Amino acid sequence: MIAELGAFALMLALALSGLQTALSVLAKVRRSASLRGGGEGAAAGAFLAVAVAFSALIYAFVTSDFSVANVAANSHTDKPLLYKVAGAWGSHEGSMLLWCLALTGFGAAVALAGRTLPAGLKALALASQGTLGLLFIGYTAFASNPFQRIADPPVEGRSLNPILQDPFLAIHPPFLYAGYVGFSVVFSFAVAALIEGRIDAAWARWVRPWTLAAWSLLTVGIVLGSFWAYYELGWGGWWFWDPVENASFMPWLVGAALLHSAIVTEKRGALAGWTVFLALAAFTFSMLGAFLVRSGVLTSVHAFAVDPTRGVLLLIILGVAAGAGFALFGWRAPKLPPGGLFAPVSREGALVLNNLFLAAAAATVALGTLYPLIRQAMTGEAISVGAPYFALTFGPLMVACLLLVPAGPLLAWKRGDVHAVVQRLWLAAALALACGALAWMVVHPRRLWAPMGLALGAWLILGALSEVAARVRLGAAPVAESLRRLKGLPRGSWGMTLAHLGLGVFVLGAVFEGSWKVEQVSVLAPGRSLQVGAYTLTLKDVRDVAGPNYEAERGLIAVRSRGGAVSEIAPERRFYPASRQTTSQVAIQRHGISDLYVVLGERRAAAGGGDGWLVRAYWNPWARLIFAGPLLMALGGLVSLSDRRLRLAVGARAARPVLAAGAAE
Amino acid sequence: MSLLPKSKKARRRLLAVAVAAPIVAAAAGLSLYAMGDAAVFFYSPSDAQQKSVPPGKVVRIGGLVQPGSVKKLPDGRVEFAIADKAAVSPVSYQGDLPDLFREGQGVVAQGAFDRAGVFEAKEVLAKHDENYMPKEVADALKKSGEWNRAQ
Repeated sequence: MIAELGAFALMLALALSGLQTALSVLAKVRRSASLRGGGEGAAAGAFLAVAVAFSALIYAFVTSDFSVANVAANSHTDKPLLYKVAGAWGSHEGSMLLWCLALTGFGAAVALAGRTLPAGLKALALASQGTLGLLFIGYTAFASNPFQRIADPPVEGRSLNPILQDPFLAIHPPFLYAGYVGFSVVFSFAVAALIEGRIDAAWARWVRPWTLAAWSLLTVGIVLGSFWAYYELGWGGWWFWDPVENASFMPWLVGAALLHSAIVTEKRGALAGWTVFLALAAFTFSMLGAFLVRSGVLTSVHAFAVDPTRGVLLLIILGVAAGAGFALFGWRAPKLPPGGLFAPVSREGALVLNNLFLAAAAATVALGTLYPLIRQAMTGEAISVGAPYFALTFGPLMVACLLLVPAGPLLAWKRGDVHAVVQRLWLAAALALACGALAWMVVHPRRLWAPMGLALGAWLILGALSEVAARVRLGAAPVAESLRRLKGLPRGSWGMTLAHLGLGVFVLGAVFEGSWKVEQVSVLAPGRSLQVGAYTLTLKDVRDVAGPNYEAERGLIAVRSRGGAVSEIAPERRFYPASRQTTSQVAIQRHGISDLYVVLGERRAAAGGGDGWLVRAYWNPWARLIFAGPLLMALGGLVSLSDRRLRLAVGARAARPVLAAGAAE
Repeated sequence: MSLLPKSKKARRRLLAVAVAAPIVAAAAGLSLYAMGDAAVFFYSPSDAQQKSVPPGKVVRIGGLVQPGSVKKLPDGRVEFAIADKAAVSPVSYQGDLPDLFREGQGVVAQGAFDRAGVFEAKEVLAKHDENYMPKEVADALKKSGEWNRAQ
């Protein structure tokens, strides 16, 4: 009964999305406020209807209603409650419903929060959002219905893949999808602005908060997934350049470029065409990601629900939505008024460079991800493109981009002064180089490139701090004056500082972990030890334990540090009878920002005879910074979002002339 | 000087192109260069035999783990065979196998053949989707008509 209610609510949502589009278009044509209100109401209604459908699906999962095909295929009565709930979006059908929930949710947010938006722009944006809703809800309802009943319900379900039964992964898809789909709002704003033929500072100001929100959520989603891979997959990797990861990384890169170009459009009225292009591209990459991940056209090491036949439909939706958007762009963009002029060395110039690098990087990632597909379609040969390709292409582009990051914010708008920038940054540069030199001398084994990477990380951090120092005139003004200025810094400025600091923190972690990670593998009989980094691990015992829906071997391992401190860790090897699958539960002992990472492998004959266990141990120095950095970046996005100047309701004030906004900066 | 456009705007546009072109060119050049080097070809055991992959060239082979072929040696080395209907490739691998590695299941190994024709795997991947079947393996098995047995 509840499942039928869900299916009905989904159909209702489809109808309401159609109504939202129709009423909004009519409202625009007739300039009617009541029609516009109707369109907004329909947007809110569509969201409510999808929310009801989604709740119904969760209910079916929680009550283990195996007469629903999707529940039978992805759930099991002995699963803990959290994973029953998470099972609702663990499958193909459920995840598309989550996508629709986010899509209509953002539509409703525009309808309700955007009170100060110009009526025409808002109506057109809602019409575009409604059309996207029609496409995706229609797809979900007709081609991937999560409420499909089966005539002959099984007594027990097939369970969720045990490797996915993890708290971080349970909340990973909602963040990721909110981020992906958040770009749909930006896409709709771009479509609306192109139809109106007006892209100005005010438009950019309305677009920026949505971009910030989507990008921050996407960042959190990617970090959750990466952290999950780090501790769940059992080899300590956190990024594999796997197609599925790239699918989320491409919209992230384009979103980051959009964040920066929208600033130029907002403050200086320049780059309008490019900003609109990026706005269209960000959601196109999101849809491409959904298609790549959900259609199974790519080989990935990651688990996800796929269905090749329905992939074609997703590809058609992608083609229709993106094709319409870019066709509109090709038609209307040449008529956009040209923006303000700026000298090559200026804040605008730096942001243009940033965009060039980010866009080029996104393009290389896209090529590496799509090339195997194209190649296979054309020649029938299967190839895979792995980390070496990305290290060689993405690497240099990103390093060049990162080198410029500290300089950008110190340049003035319109015409920058290189001399002044050098004056403010020489100390940071010297200190960063000193950090690199110190690392080269102190850290063993000695490496050539890694200290340079650390210097780059230090440069980003010190550069971000130098920018704050310059803003508060540290040293140039009395301390009290500097403190007063520090308090007065706008949140947008703090957001940028946090995000750039996060970038530096990430680089430090990635370089240090990547270069000085230590791995030891050995078959240990109880009582035997292995040495990893500064720690001696002794396998004391292996015991059988029982979990809620698994049986496990638990290894008790004593950790002795060089100083003599002893502690104990207990990695597990779990067997899930429902799916006949084995997983490793890694034991991670955190030491400050570094991790001691131990995996209990399979039972093997030990060297001296008798039973032993394969034990893999890693020392992952500074690994925590890899995850802390991007979280700082997401926090920066949220702090920026809370800036009064960007708050959604204050959009009206943005109608002020561009130059006034520029001068306030 | 006379070669440069007269208007300030056109000159700036020229400069923008002059800055953008090397970055775009570098990205394209690096991509092409890296693609030639880093693309790894995938073979089924019968493909690998027919096309005689040169020893030392890094490739991926995929098929089913031949039942009864898995030997775990005390030094941590594992020997097994990847098979399709027409051919068998012996594989040697140092390290821990993925949790989903099982006899009779699909598997992909990355590495190179040595001169004796043994595949020295550097990496063994068993995809963890619902069907436990890496896509390339499914395609290769379909091609050699073995799909039904694999199901």
